[in-house]
Amino acid sequence: MTVAAFTFYAFALTTLTGGLFTVISRNPVHSVLWLILAFLSSAGLFVILGAEFIAMLLVIVYVGAVAVLFLFVVMMLDIDFAELRAGFVKNVPLGLLLAVVLAAELVLGIGAYQAGAVTLGTPEAGAATVSAAVPNIEAIGGLLYSKYVFMFETAGLILLVAMVGAIVLTHRKSHGTRGQSISSQVQRRPEDATRNVNQPVGQGIEL
Amino acid sequence: MIGIEHYLVVSSILFVMGVLGIFLNRKNVIIILMAIELILLAVNINLVAFSVFLGDLTGQIFAMFVLTVAAGEAAIGLAILVIYFRGRGTIAVDDVNRMKG
Repeated sequence: MTVAAFTFYAFALTTLTGGLFTVISRNPVHSVLWLILAFLSSAGLFVILGAEFIAMLLVIVYVGAVAVLFLFVVMMLDIDFAELRAGFVKNVPLGLLLAVVLAAELVLGIGAYQAGAVTLGTPEAGAATVSAAVPNIEAIGGLLYSKYVFMFETAGLILLVAMVGAIVLTHRKSHGTRGQSISSQVQRRPEDATRNVNQPVGQGIEL
Repeated sequence: MIGIEHYLVVSSILFVMGVLGIFLNRKNVIIILMAIELILLAVNINLVAFSVFLGDLTGQIFAMFVLTVAAGEAAIGLAILVIYFRGRGTIAVDDVNRMKG
């Protein structure tokens, strides 16, 4: 077995183990940690493939942001996970049956491809072909900021909407605190706030 | 030699595991969200493998957009989960009937 094949099998096995234990783990915190393992080892798979940018993105975005967000929520909420797991055994037969059927369909598809019924084909004339001279990150950057610039902007917009939505959903208005009301400050006029008094001499001032 | 079939097998097994996870943990929304992340990861492996073996970079660009949408989906999903837990004190999916007409 060559080094490349060994590395592929190691990363593939780790990815699948992580995926399996994410699903069947008893403790959700362990589930998140197995999910992180699956993401990291699939990043390794992407590096083997030569897609370094997606691999680094997976490590930064998924492991660094999404998995930590999951970890925060799992640890922050006080949930009785034993109660949520009640139907687990009951659902196993149906779930396994569906999984086996789905896996058989997918394997049939791959088998048909391998038997030569379906060919992979070649890139179209206008496609962005991979060149050995240009590094992966440079090629993706060049493509992203030229041909797919509007999609890139749309992706940014989606993230903005997601951010604003998450803040609006979870933000709690705090009562009992004193804040600044800018509109009432601006609307305040001198005649409402001050008065002129012709004060007689020798008498006390009335405030 | 590692061909595209190897990557396809890995991604299809991962996809099936994600679907299985949704079925097994029908009550726990957090695990369901994680299973959806697994499914999207399988899709990404598929896209990148085809992109590399076909020699066309567009698949990797698309994988990046899938990643973006998955991140947004996780953020919104967890936010909904947090406010739901605040109101109900549980996250069991079976009890989600507040929006029925």
